[in-house]
Amino acid sequence: MLDKELRSMIGQVKDGRMDRRAFIKRMAAVGLTAPLANQILALGGVAMAEGASTYKPTKRGGGGALKLLWWQGPTLLNPHFATGTKDQDGSRLFYEPLACWDPDGNMKLVLATEIPSIQNGLLAADGKSVTWKLKPGVKWHDGKPFTADDLVFTWQYAKDPATAAVTIGVYRDITVEKIDDLTVKITFPKPTPFWADAFVGAGAGQILPKHLFADYIGSKSREAPANLAPVGTGPYKFVEFKPGDLIRGVINPDYHMANRPYFDSLEMKGGGDAVSAARAVIQTGEYDFGWNIQVEDDVLLRLEKGGKGKTVYAVGGDTEFIALNFTDPNVEVDGERSSMKTKHPLFSDPVVRKALSLLVDRESVKKAIYGRAGRTTANFLNGPEKFVSKNTSWEFNIEKAAKMLEDGGWKAGADGIREKDGKKLKIVYQTSINGPRQKTQAIVKQACQKAGIEVELKSVVASVFFSSDVANPDTYPKFYADIEMFQIPLSQPDPSQHMRRYLSTSVATKENKWQGTNFPRWVNKDYDAAITAADMEMDPIKRAAYYIKANDLMWQDTVFIPVQHRLKVEAAANNLVCVISGWANETDNLFDWYREG
Amino acid sequence: MSQYVLRRLLIAIPSLLGISAVLFFVLALAPGDPFSELATNPNVPPEVQAALRAKFGLDDPIYLRYLHWLNAMLHGDWGFSFVSRMDVDKLILQRLPTTLYVIGSAQILALLIAIPVGVYAATKPYSLFDQVANTLAFVGFSLPTFFTGILFILIFSVTLDWLPFVYTTDIKGTGIHWGLEMIRQAIMPVAVLGLFQAASMTRFVRSAMLDVIRLDYVTTARAKGLGQAKVIVKHVMRNAMIPVVTLIALQMPAVFGGAIVTEQIFRIPGIGSLLISSILSNDTPVVMAVTFVFACLVVLFNLIADILYGWLDPRISFR
Repeated sequence: MLDKELRSMIGQVKDGRMDRRAFIKRMAAVGLTAPLANQILALGGVAMAEGASTYKPTKRGGGGALKLLWWQGPTLLNPHFATGTKDQDGSRLFYEPLACWDPDGNMKLVLATEIPSIQNGLLAADGKSVTWKLKPGVKWHDGKPFTADDLVFTWQYAKDPATAAVTIGVYRDITVEKIDDLTVKITFPKPTPFWADAFVGAGAGQILPKHLFADYIGSKSREAPANLAPVGTGPYKFVEFKPGDLIRGVINPDYHMANRPYFDSLEMKGGGDAVSAARAVIQTGEYDFGWNIQVEDDVLLRLEKGGKGKTVYAVGGDTEFIALNFTDPNVEVDGERSSMKTKHPLFSDPVVRKALSLLVDRESVKKAIYGRAGRTTANFLNGPEKFVSKNTSWEFNIEKAAKMLEDGGWKAGADGIREKDGKKLKIVYQTSINGPRQKTQAIVKQACQKAGIEVELKSVVASVFFSSDVANPDTYPKFYADIEMFQIPLSQPDPSQHMRRYLSTSVATKENKWQGTNFPRWVNKDYDAAITAADMEMDPIKRAAYYIKANDLMWQDTVFIPVQHRLKVEAAANNLVCVISGWANETDNLFDWYREG
Repeated sequence: MSQYVLRRLLIAIPSLLGISAVLFFVLALAPGDPFSELATNPNVPPEVQAALRAKFGLDDPIYLRYLHWLNAMLHGDWGFSFVSRMDVDKLILQRLPTTLYVIGSAQILALLIAIPVGVYAATKPYSLFDQVANTLAFVGFSLPTFFTGILFILIFSVTLDWLPFVYTTDIKGTGIHWGLEMIRQAIMPVAVLGLFQAASMTRFVRSAMLDVIRLDYVTTARAKGLGQAKVIVKHVMRNAMIPVVTLIALQMPAVFGGAIVTEQIFRIPGIGSLLISSILSNDTPVVMAVTFVFACLVVLFNLIADILYGWLDPRISFR
């Protein structure tokens, strides 16, 4: 779509000559989805549409008990200490943010009254500040009023390094000031195109009550009694918590949203594994909802036959990928393997990287493993839609790969393995131990063998692979292998954090104790320029173009071989209407859940 | 007697110290850290992970960490879980009743099956009853609990829909209804664990009985004209129970271990599943505490066994 045409359309919407829906339809016609259109409108000066609600019940309560099954049960209930989404999910039953994301990636108001936009004056045109108006009359579960002080406090609490909050990254560089009891202004140090991070969503956005945490800021943070007994503003009030096992809540009769919530009580049971969780929801109906059902699709299809439940999918931006190592994992320079002073002996030839990409059969992986929960893709960046490149393509073609290698001088040796200049096409392929990943490994290995590449498979237990343990050689940031496969979740409907990881300045090395996020150790000036520009760009169209360019650069250089765009999979009782967003936690839209019939 | 118990308890102290040291160093050397999940979270800058590690003392040298732990333990402070930031003793106490209920019931079930069956089989060796019991026992301890557990779930929950397969500590209702539900949900895990235990114990009881039944004094007792029941119960069983008591006592900690698998399958929030999840998340303080509790159980049950020996056979005196 032409920049000019788009701008004129935005102008038309602004002047009221085109209605919003028509605009979104036109955008959809050129391959862009509603969330994209919405956000483009918002940043183009037209207010972002509020996520439409599908909630039907006409009175509060009366829905009985809601039984949730989380096979990894929440272990703590302070969202700012959350290690992993399970803890965010558990806290989110009680605490709330100003806004959250609906299934389409639209913003949905929770504790705020209005979505900030340039038009309504709440969002500064230079992108350096945003003002939020809070809902009046909201009360904490203990009856104390919810005010701007609570937001200012949450910011102070999270940004204090001594508190050791995991949300510090969101809060430490911003300033939050109270304008009046129901207004706060957030100031950013530089133009911030994605301003909806602090106080939004379940990840970092949950707001704490000042009156209960004020004495436990900083080094005393662990001692707060409210860490284990949350007092929030949410639809359910806290009753009981047993870490890893059980959370119980009852309806909040003073909840600030009309007719909500529907259920009279809720229970979140933890423990077990995904398969039996799917069974308890879909087959036996013992539970209403099962979280994160990472189970092979044919198992789910079998359970669904005549069962009491169904699977629910949500599209987000998670990509299962194979990363290529641009440095040599087998040579040690100054006591460091995969050192920036080396080049990968095989992958320094782009032909090998391209051939490898041709050997990954995304369609078979989808069919054999992910089923309805996966989509084939050529892109590293798969969402939100407006940032997804349409310039890329993928292909599975063993003959073509073999020919490319042959033409590139990689000739088959006596053992059938190709070699060039004495270097054999032998690679080590590592990933974390996980059923679908081991199956994918086998599929890729088979194709590689046919093309004359020998692949040694390696699998590392997840707790080691994903750790930051400097002493362990098998972690993914150290990347002491030729290729490795996993996914990095895209935790918000914006790619900035995600794409910033691969800047040349972020290479993981011994010097930074492998805390750098650029683990393929790929260096590209054009990529750096695109990402840096996108970070400051307030024009949404140009900004999207930068990310698309960045993604295309990765595709051209074959830094990642995207295997599958993964969807979130949940299990739900047939009569449960659950609102799940690929851009939010499962419990983020809980206030909109109800039972039908 | 009391002097003996006291002496035994004092001897236990160095063993427990040794056990704790070994456990701690092995855990500290094991890979992974409790904050590994944060590594792929883009909201968490590496400095924060580093700060958390520093705050929780994970960067201190191992011996220092051990001394800190030991010192705290001696003062009755079990530390706090890195993962839930809750005090470890609270965490364990929350789960102990469930473990005791399920495992205790399973153990009682095992004894109720093993002793009569084993004794009866031994009195009639190679009879039909003996052979059937033997075969079942072999099958029983050859099938691992994770297999029988899933089999039970498929039969009684999925196909027949009689029993729930998710154990919940939060049963609605009071009085009799509550009690019945508690029993209902425990049936499968107790049966799985109890039958497994019973199988190996039956074999053991039988062979211990056979050893004693052939001794001369038993023949003498019979020759004196004592009834079969009296001979078996008074003369044979009492002596045969000595090795059985040893087995049961030494097995107790292992039962807690074996329950780990059962607890996972049925989602029983017991100590075993706490241990598993803590190991998976590298939550050292909890792993230390739970394993240490197991170590204490070993020592305790050994002591109980020793005391029972004296009661079963007064020739074994406490000195």
